[in-house]
Amino acid sequence: MSSLKKISGSEAVVKCLIAEGVEIIYGYPGGAIMPVYDELHKYEDKIHHVLTRHEQGATHSAQGFARISGKVGVAIATSGPGATNLVTGLADAQIDSTPMVCITGQVASHLLGSDAFQETDIVGISTPVTKWNHQVTKAADIPKVLAKAFYIAKSGRPGPVLIDITKDAQFEMFDFNYSKVTGIRSYKPVPKLETTSLNLAADLINKAVKPMIVWGQGVILSKAEKEFQAFVEKTGIPAAWTIMGVSAIPTSHPLNVGMVGMHGNYAPNMLTNECDLLVAIGMRFDDRVTGNLDKYAKQAQVIHFEIDPAEINKNVKADVPVLGDAKESLTKILPLLKSRKHDKWLNDFKKLYKIEYESVIKDDLFPTKEGLTMGEVIKEINNYTKGNAAVVSDVGQHQMIACRYAEFNKSRSNITSGGLGTMGFALPAAIGAKMACPEREVVAVIGDGGYQMTIQELGTIFQSKVPVKIVVLNNSFLGMVRQWQQLFFEKRYASTELINPDFTAIAKAYYIKSKKVSKREELASAVEDMIKSKESFFLEVVVEKEANVFPMIPSGAAVSEIRLK
Amino acid sequence: MEKEIKTFTVSIYTENNIGLLNRISAIFQRRHINIESLNSSVSEIKGVYRFTIIVNVTEIQIKKIIGQIDKQIEVIKAYYHNEDDTVYQESCLFKIKSSLLFDDRQIQNIIKDSNARIVTVNKEFFVLEKSGRRKEIDSLYDKLNEYGILQFVRSGAVSITKQPMNISEILSEFKN
Repeated sequence: MSSLKKISGSEAVVKCLIAEGVEIIYGYPGGAIMPVYDELHKYEDKIHHVLTRHEQGATHSAQGFARISGKVGVAIATSGPGATNLVTGLADAQIDSTPMVCITGQVASHLLGSDAFQETDIVGISTPVTKWNHQVTKAADIPKVLAKAFYIAKSGRPGPVLIDITKDAQFEMFDFNYSKVTGIRSYKPVPKLETTSLNLAADLINKAVKPMIVWGQGVILSKAEKEFQAFVEKTGIPAAWTIMGVSAIPTSHPLNVGMVGMHGNYAPNMLTNECDLLVAIGMRFDDRVTGNLDKYAKQAQVIHFEIDPAEINKNVKADVPVLGDAKESLTKILPLLKSRKHDKWLNDFKKLYKIEYESVIKDDLFPTKEGLTMGEVIKEINNYTKGNAAVVSDVGQHQMIACRYAEFNKSRSNITSGGLGTMGFALPAAIGAKMACPEREVVAVIGDGGYQMTIQELGTIFQSKVPVKIVVLNNSFLGMVRQWQQLFFEKRYASTELINPDFTAIAKAYYIKSKKVSKREELASAVEDMIKSKESFFLEVVVEKEANVFPMIPSGAAVSEIRLK
Repeated sequence: MEKEIKTFTVSIYTENNIGLLNRISAIFQRRHINIESLNSSVSEIKGVYRFTIIVNVTEIQIKKIIGQIDKQIEVIKAYYHNEDDTVYQESCLFKIKSSLLFDDRQIQNIIKDSNARIVTVNKEFFVLEKSGRRKEIDSLYDKLNEYGILQFVRSGAVSITKQPMNISEILSEFKN
């Protein structure tokens, strides 16, 4: 695709976005990016720009958009503070491998380094939190740099890219010519799959007596859900997920044995230290997953299916690394595998689930005490969405509860800030998710702390008429920190108690329908009203103030030292 | 073995890109690793640049660091080597009072024995250049220091590996 015509750098930016199939972008205007905004105005029939209320919101919206759709999310901001406000979103996208392109305006190139108004070295600042970044000072470089940006963001292990464009480059006229990038000589997005490693892996899987799968977001990122399900079903191996991996197969799948990690399920954590083979697929052995590495699955052989060579042996030594894209690896290994069942071993998981059910789950989902639990709210959402909603959670206790109890039928349904733990993520991310998939129900589940970090995005919801459903689980505490203070700091609740505003009044001020619930008998109908609403809806649920999330692996402990209370 | 701190030479072949030095050094900084020396220059392949970085770390650490460097977009290939696997040289300059050269004969012997080279001499000072391994330079420094050194500067190590690097193969693989 090429057409020669002199256009401005700023028009080129917009044309590049169109050429990459971008339809929605999130951003906030300002001096150094004004020429691009002027062009966005002209092209508003082709690209819908969503004005967020803060640049951080723009990045999280772009992330939510990317996470639910698998497409590249785009955020745009001005120089200086506009650019620095993107940093949290970039870091979040980097650690959670989310494809995102951020475009920032920059002061004119002759002013670079002069401490000009709203000048920051955003390329320097964003380097450690981007997969790639680049500054453009000439209009002629815009098409090839943006083409490269999109290619890098979405290929291989996805990630965020930041492109900084000086104002003079935006004004400069040049002959526009766009062609997509299909390869970069110094960059190998997907390592070559080795048949030997597949054979070795298949051999171990076929022989294993107590094998266990732990899968992560890699399955979703490589669009390998079907292949993965076939793999699980053929091998009959109990499969556990990381917080980023859930929803790749339906949560109701009989071989789904739950979540691993700090607040994961009892069975998969305990049995990680009993299995004879650990099959890790598209996950990176985060410390929240492994607990103490010196006591993590030491008895097991480890197969690691992974696209990023730097992840192999980073935290857990792989006996058999299978480098490559999960979709290709799983497709190719399937014929090498025997059809097996591991009923007795699966039964071990079921037994431990019963223990967890009796001591934790029952009280979370079917409480008899007076205060509402976060778990029963999630259960009620499940009841009305039937597992078809995308649940966007923030960070903290409610996040762990949402991830533990939300039911999912469809992939890309659990959108949360996993690696970075960014409070304030959920509200803007839900906006992006809903706009990417308007046909899907999107429910943001947020704590009262994180909600107030990006609460201004209610303005975006109102102005852009995004029908997201917002549930704030209000315990008037920064609950997870408070839980740690209770357990490890002798209940010294340093700066964790929140005196909150009237949240429904705030929603009302943004003309968003709202409801507040504090009694069990009101919960179901309130959730029903929310789900049935065609417009956005805000539901505040006052939950127990000092409830704790269990099970829990205390930091520094082994996964098998998981506590039920 | 892998847990013992040793000196490693990191060789990185890269594209020429503003900011890549920052990206590479950040990988060390983030892990609280001090870079002993760093050199960047053209390589034997046109348009391809080469970093030589010396660090003291464990082999476990260096393997992970190489993985992180290697995955940077504009890095073509990163390697690490033990001291034994490389031929490396550092270069240094000494500025010394000229009077010492004539007043003390011993200093002339030191210069001769160390294979150092006098770059320039004038009435006030002379400049001595020495290339070699770190130990040789250190030893020369110690000897000259007894007489007084006005200025001293040492370059980062440049190093050639004994094993082939196959960069051209990696680049031609891309074209195919």
